[in-house]
Amino acid sequence: MTNVDVQAVAKTFGAVPVLTDISTRFPVGSFTSLLGPSGSGKTTLLRIIAGFLRPDEGVVQIGDKDVTQVPVWGRNIGMMFQSYALFPHMTVAKNVAFGLERRGIKGTEARRLVGEALEMVRLPGFADRLPKQLSGGQQQRVALARAMVIKPSVLLLDEPLSALDRRLRQEMQVELLRIQRESGLTTIFVTHDQEEALALSDKVAILDKGRIVQIGAPQEVYERPLTRFAAAFLGDSNFLSGTVENGAVRLADGTVVQASGQLPEAGRKVTLAVRPEKMSVIPAPGLVNQIDAQVKTVIYAGPALSYHLQSTDGTEVKLFAQNHDGTLLPEGQTVTLFWSAAHTIVMAD
Amino acid sequence: MKRLGRFYLGVILVFLYTPILVLMTMGFNASPLYELPFSFTTHWYETLAGNDVLLTAGLHSIILALITSVVATALGTIASVALSRRTFRGRNLLQVLLLPPIAIPWLITGTAMLIFFYWTGIGRGMHALVIGHVAMAIPYVVLVVGTGFKTIRTDLEEAAMSLGSTPIHAFFAVTLPLLFPSILGAALFAFAVSLDQFVISYFLSSPGYTTLPVQIYSAIRKGFTPEINAISTLLLLGSMAVILIFARFAKPGETRDKR
Repeated sequence: MTNVDVQAVAKTFGAVPVLTDISTRFPVGSFTSLLGPSGSGKTTLLRIIAGFLRPDEGVVQIGDKDVTQVPVWGRNIGMMFQSYALFPHMTVAKNVAFGLERRGIKGTEARRLVGEALEMVRLPGFADRLPKQLSGGQQQRVALARAMVIKPSVLLLDEPLSALDRRLRQEMQVELLRIQRESGLTTIFVTHDQEEALALSDKVAILDKGRIVQIGAPQEVYERPLTRFAAAFLGDSNFLSGTVENGAVRLADGTVVQASGQLPEAGRKVTLAVRPEKMSVIPAPGLVNQIDAQVKTVIYAGPALSYHLQSTDGTEVKLFAQNHDGTLLPEGQTVTLFWSAAHTIVMAD
Repeated sequence: MKRLGRFYLGVILVFLYTPILVLMTMGFNASPLYELPFSFTTHWYETLAGNDVLLTAGLHSIILALITSVVATALGTIASVALSRRTFRGRNLLQVLLLPPIAIPWLITGTAMLIFFYWTGIGRGMHALVIGHVAMAIPYVVLVVGTGFKTIRTDLEEAAMSLGSTPIHAFFAVTLPLLFPSILGAALFAFAVSLDQFVISYFLSSPGYTTLPVQIYSAIRKGFTPEINAISTLLLLGSMAVILIFARFAKPGETRDKR
């Protein structure tokens, strides 16, 4: 059981800075997702923690040990790859035993541990198969068993589920979470799938242009995004801009909106974020804010409905609603959207 | 359309194999002047068994091809590793420079080698043949093994390293076994290129050390005998056996799942 510490890590490829001054701590037993668009540096950060890359600056600690100069094969990490990366010329058992062999564990002891690992990923009886005889989901389970059997200090996952179809993916999410919880292994998970990140992690770190822009519990990051980037990247957001006035915000069309959190001084321009599912066409006590908007597009997705609207000052607004009674707002209709002050978040930039 | 395709394929095979079949058949014909009617004999194989000059040249060819195959495959594979898995200055240039020798006419390569070997004092003979054959086989090896490398994902080596392998161990435990069919193919290629080689061998062989193609050529100049058909037939059957064995192991053309 080990924590991972990253201090002031920076990495440049050629003249392009990929990571800039990253400092964060992955506590013992935590499941942290690194979330960001491609090019945000999330994979680079994972590869630095794994030891495939050396940072130009900064320190990586696994447990109390400074491993910055330790190559990947000396770090005792478990890693899962997007492509599974099973050795195609070895049986499932040989694949799983590979890391044990490197640690000098052979014979009956190795067989017992391999058996246990396959049991853990619910693939007993697959020991003698070749990877190509397995489905994608089964291959990914073998990869997980192979990474876990060596009792690594930390589990690093590089988009391991993105090659699976939706169903298998959900199944593997559950499995991964169960195994992570049972083992108490510090886990770092790179993904560009936000729902996956929210569903699996204790902590979500959002990366943009080589920096961690926000890190926190999924609920905290989703409900209280700090920046416009975080609000737009994780989930959907409606952005309203206005000017601070008497402890509220006046929008361009004159509507006054109540917000939660610290507002800058009066007269300053400010952007507010409101999640589309926090808005409603039905007034209710507490929903103190309101704007008028015209329905432009209706997207019917069975249980969920989403609407694209345009407010009177021309701002695009999205609205997510549950399909309670099977009736849709007609396109072209002007409606009033209501939401509470608590769900109106002031953006830092 | 399909029928036309089959027809073409048939015609091509006929053109390819008829001369070879005629050559093989005539090795069993009694007439030394290739006259018909055909009357079966193994006489030419018997005289071949007593023809030391042809047999020695044949042995030389095989030994030379084996040495070329081993040395060129080893060197070419190492070069492929560097070209496919490492980054260094001049890599692209080197990669590009490896290919033209395949397209340069043998005559030019052979002349250049002869002049160069004469000038440097390497001279002619078996050692010169080995150097020449290895040099011309290496580009083929790099091409074949390099293509094999492209089918092996780099994350397999990374996975091995994450499990505790040093890069060298990862290479021997993971990459090399997966590369084996390509290496075998490359070795065969090098063997064939060496065995077939006439022009360079003609320039580099010394009076005491010639190869079979060179010897056949000088024998033909003195006049055909069906012994040549006989030794050609043996050589042909030998090469075909090697190719078929390889095809059985490596199954070329089959797309293999390397995940």
